[in-house]
Amino acid sequence: MKLNQISIFLENREGRLYEACSLLGEHKINIRALTIAESDQFGILRVVVDKPEEAMALLKKNGFTADLTDIVAVEVDDKPGGLAKILKIIYDNRINIEYMYGFVEKSSEKALLVFRFDDSDKAISVLTDNKIKVIGKKDIVNL
Amino acid sequence: MIWNEAMECADPKDLKGIQSQRLKEIVAYIYKNCPPLKAKLDAAKISPKDINSIDDITKLPFTTKNDMRDNYPFGLFSLPLKEFKEIHVSSGTTGNPTVVGYTKEDIELWSEVMARVLCCAGANPNDMIQIAYGYGLFTGGLGFHYGALKMGLTILPASSGQTKRQLKLMTDFKPGILACTPSYCLYMAEEARDLGINPKEGSWKVGIFGAEPWSESMRKEIEATWNMLATDVYGLSEIIGPGVAQECQYKDGLHIFSDVFYPEVINAETGQPVKEGEKGELVITTLTKRGMPLLRYRTRDIVSIKYEKCRCGRTSPRVSKITGRTDDMIIVRGINVFPSQIEHVLLGIEGTQPHYQLIVDRKTGELDELEVQVEVEPKIFSDEIKKLKMLEDKIRKEIESILGIFVKVTLVEHKSIQRSEGKAKRVIDKRVL
Repeated sequence: MKLNQISIFLENREGRLYEACSLLGEHKINIRALTIAESDQFGILRVVVDKPEEAMALLKKNGFTADLTDIVAVEVDDKPGGLAKILKIIYDNRINIEYMYGFVEKSSEKALLVFRFDDSDKAISVLTDNKIKVIGKKDIVNL
Repeated sequence: MIWNEAMECADPKDLKGIQSQRLKEIVAYIYKNCPPLKAKLDAAKISPKDINSIDDITKLPFTTKNDMRDNYPFGLFSLPLKEFKEIHVSSGTTGNPTVVGYTKEDIELWSEVMARVLCCAGANPNDMIQIAYGYGLFTGGLGFHYGALKMGLTILPASSGQTKRQLKLMTDFKPGILACTPSYCLYMAEEARDLGINPKEGSWKVGIFGAEPWSESMRKEIEATWNMLATDVYGLSEIIGPGVAQECQYKDGLHIFSDVFYPEVINAETGQPVKEGEKGELVITTLTKRGMPLLRYRTRDIVSIKYEKCRCGRTSPRVSKITGRTDDMIIVRGINVFPSQIEHVLLGIEGTQPHYQLIVDRKTGELDELEVQVEVEPKIFSDEIKKLKMLEDKIRKEIESILGIFVKVTLVEHKSIQRSEGKAKRVIDKRVL
């Protein structure tokens, strides 16, 4: 149930984000979730896509430094307290979050949260135990 | 005034006699006292009896920075360590620094040649000198200090940095002479203006600038800005530190003190001498040093040389300003930097492949900046900013601890640094000197 996020190293210069995204677009790779982490010198583009292996090969071929990262995506109710409920479970089980980001699904009343945990397997197990829906690879394609 | 007229204005024939005698003595001395250099002489099938005049110098093998590295730290010392009164270090090409040692006589020699430098630049015995070269393991500060002591100047041993204090010393004490790097002198002018001091009204009348390359246009700018005479000093720690050569008021080449530091200019590839006035690599033999004398040391500095007598009366040959290097060393804020030092650091940090580039820049009125660009290879890439920042920090700290100057480390994309066939272009020097 772990998903692959693609992390891409981007130099902080004009057009570089566009180059990465247009490359994916031209090859019909759909971005399902996206966030950018930045420092003063460089950024890391993090994307969840429908075809991660294909996207990785494509990026490498085109000179990007990129890597696959294990992430966990969960679905929560799109209403106040939805995120806090998940975070409480994570906190109660002493799992550390390296970073996270979220977005709203267009087709339902749910929001999708993407987590990078220090221990993904443990996180999946406690979330499932608590009846939280963890998104699988197939779900991502169908979103 | 001329500090040592007998030597600096000697008749060329007499000078040649002195040089010949000294060369014979130093070759015999090294042969007896310095096993690594004796081994080089033996390998070249040269013994002291083959050296009868200064013209025989071309028979001798060269000494290079690699010899210094291979014999780290004290292998090239010709005397037991207890005879050494002072040790200085400068950058080595990798890992270990270059070590040089001075006996009591060598310190006396250093004082003598630095007194010549100060007089040659135009100092008079009653002057006050502000020494803004770094004091410490770097030879600049102490070299000037010894010369000024010898000459009897009043010394302000300010060392480098602390610009506001430098300017206050100048304003309140009115020293007539300034010794520092040329870029620092221009930097101080900017700072002076910010403090409401008009550099044109500054007390410095003579500047003795060195430890980094500079041009005629920089000279004009310094002279116009500070209303002073800006002269060039040359030296390198392997030979003595500052005190190898100095410009007189005519600024037409640097007088090299050839009675003690014998110069040759050679074609760097063939090792053969070039014609007078042609550019080549400066090679120096220390004719009188006791602690760590060197034969035909390859300075890697490109100069030309001329032997005609100067209008100032000195007959000592004159070398041009340095026009380049035969290796990839760069000088940043007076510090010698070899790309190989950076490579060494990168190799030492786990996982880092040495695809890197050095970019040196000097913005108007500011000091040199050294940027080290390092490619993020797939195996060191992380999806977490903090891990990449930690890597950046580690590289920066290790480089800074080796070079002793601030650097900026920038992580760049894999394969974004241009690859070249053959020798990689490791340095981009954007400075307009």
